[in-house]
Amino acid sequence: MHLYTQMLLIRRFEERCAEMYALGKIGGFCHLYIGEEAVAVGAVDVLRPDDYIFSAYRDHGHCLARGSDPKRVMAELFGRATGLCKGKGGSMHLVDAERRFMGGYAIVGGHLPLAAGAAFAVKYRGGDQVVLCFFGEGAVPTGACHETLNLAALWGLPVLFLCENNRYGMGTPVERAVALYQDVSQNAAAYGIDAGRVDGMDVLAVREAVSKAIDHVRTKQRPYFLEALTYRFLGHSMADPSHGHYRTKAEVDEAKRRDPLLLLKTRLLTERQASDEDFKRIEQEIVNRVRESVEFADASPFPSEKDLEEDVYLP
Amino acid sequence: MKATYREALNQALREEMRRDDRVFLIGEDVAYYQGAFKVSKGFLEEFGPRRVVDTPITEPGFTGLAIGAAMAGLRPVVEVMTFNFAILALDQIVNNAAKVRYMSGGQFSVPIVIRGPGSAAHQLGAQHSQSLEAWFCHVPGLKVVAPATPYDAKGLIKSAIRDGNPVVFIEAQLLYPTQGEVGDGDYTIPLGVAEVKRPGTDVTLIAYSKMLLVALEAAERLAQEGIQVEVVDPRTLRPLDLTTLAASARKTGKVVIIEEGWPFAGLGAQIAESLYQRVFDYLDGPILRVTGRDVPMPYARNLEDAVIPDVNRVIAAVHQALYRK
Repeated sequence: MHLYTQMLLIRRFEERCAEMYALGKIGGFCHLYIGEEAVAVGAVDVLRPDDYIFSAYRDHGHCLARGSDPKRVMAELFGRATGLCKGKGGSMHLVDAERRFMGGYAIVGGHLPLAAGAAFAVKYRGGDQVVLCFFGEGAVPTGACHETLNLAALWGLPVLFLCENNRYGMGTPVERAVALYQDVSQNAAAYGIDAGRVDGMDVLAVREAVSKAIDHVRTKQRPYFLEALTYRFLGHSMADPSHGHYRTKAEVDEAKRRDPLLLLKTRLLTERQASDEDFKRIEQEIVNRVRESVEFADASPFPSEKDLEEDVYLP
Repeated sequence: MKATYREALNQALREEMRRDDRVFLIGEDVAYYQGAFKVSKGFLEEFGPRRVVDTPITEPGFTGLAIGAAMAGLRPVVEVMTFNFAILALDQIVNNAAKVRYMSGGQFSVPIVIRGPGSAAHQLGAQHSQSLEAWFCHVPGLKVVAPATPYDAKGLIKSAIRDGNPVVFIEAQLLYPTQGEVGDGDYTIPLGVAEVKRPGTDVTLIAYSKMLLVALEAAERLAQEGIQVEVVDPRTLRPLDLTTLAASARKTGKVVIIEEGWPFAGLGAQIAESLYQRVFDYLDGPILRVTGRDVPMPYARNLEDAVIPDVNRVIAAVHQALYRK
């Protein structure tokens, strides 16, 4: 049930983000995670608090799944002083050091070397933490990705590369972007990295696959590459429609039939004797939490211009 | 104690690695080969492969990896074989190292040193002869250091390693064999502090890295004509010690800036602008620049010599500043 709660939090949070974006409360680029919730929730559930997470620019879901306070996440999106990054990061650069959420990065592929670096530090110190690195299939063709896979394999770095394959790099489908598109994880196999695939709409399957992968990484001190097949229900960013030139409404509707929340709810109702009452209660709790996050963000002050030049350098 | 620039760096890095287990050296051929320019001679023997890490040829990969390691608590020293290759890692340096602290609202910092030789040596051609310091100086979040002497190299690399910010530390192939006095044992030179390398009264020459040697030689020759040149080395290019530079400019009223890099949007343009803001009323004439010529570096020796600022061009500029023929 807690997995459902987490996924619902992300879903409702993202829906409110869309509203707030339309109202002009959130600016810039805003990439929502709706449809992909099972990947973040299933994967992060397996981690220890001292493990590290790196993410890309579609990072709200990963950050919330890690347990960051929705109020401070929303405040960051609103560009307020109470935001996780004091309003200096924004949607694509959420960071929560306390939870070892090492950040969202917005140059595609550019954060994979960082994740390998945190894993290098773990190994250097003789620790047993692992690094979970989320990225989209759009990052797979980048040089940074291939250089990182090579280094991680070469040096036995404890990283789980979790590729969220939502089938489109913005508007370019994977089959027009990745040579080995039928099984993106083959790119890792070429470097001698063990790899697997999982249904990214099924949170229980994700949790199980990530659990095995993390065990592999932690005990063998070897990287692992897991491809989660998922789908984003909305456009690439708030600036785009959910369908149009590059994919059809029928395709999106088809994907929505495997909504990760729906899939889990069905199983909970049939296999775990959960009741409609339970879901109503959770829905209410989550709606309240998200509303509070919006209220908190709205009531928070903008960052002071006198702090503009703070945090450029460590004094 | 006398040491070469190369030995000074070797000593300083060695002492820092002995002092702090978090410090490690990573780059192409730094371990078994002992560094393309032998700066890390003997390191593998003393510190082992855990702390002296040979990499494949993968600048974005290992630079980014070092940045991630710094975020997770280590103090990496990245050797780029030359700064020409750092262009490959520019995304990591500019988008990650320089911005992580700011984007995270101060939650993370990136204590990393990226070091190696910049500027031209002899006939290495267009892709191996570039002076790119202005590129790095442009970026808030980075510090940029370019020492000219063995003494400064030792004291500044130590400060760079102990600094909590990303530091781009630019050496020079032609400086590695140069000799100088080096202090014994542990000393540091703070980042952001210039030094008057030769006091004078008539004109201020501002020069850093290899060009300091050109400036000092020009000053010596000009002294024979009775011109007393003050030579100031910023040593750190960002943050720039404008207090010291401006004090000298105010004293002499004439300024010539020497840089090996390209003239257009070069570092000298920035230094001149900053000085105009502070000392315009004290100047007897426009600030002059002696720069590399505005071309990719040619291979032929005579053409290469024509590109790189030399003593004669500096003397001519000083004469011009003094309105002498």
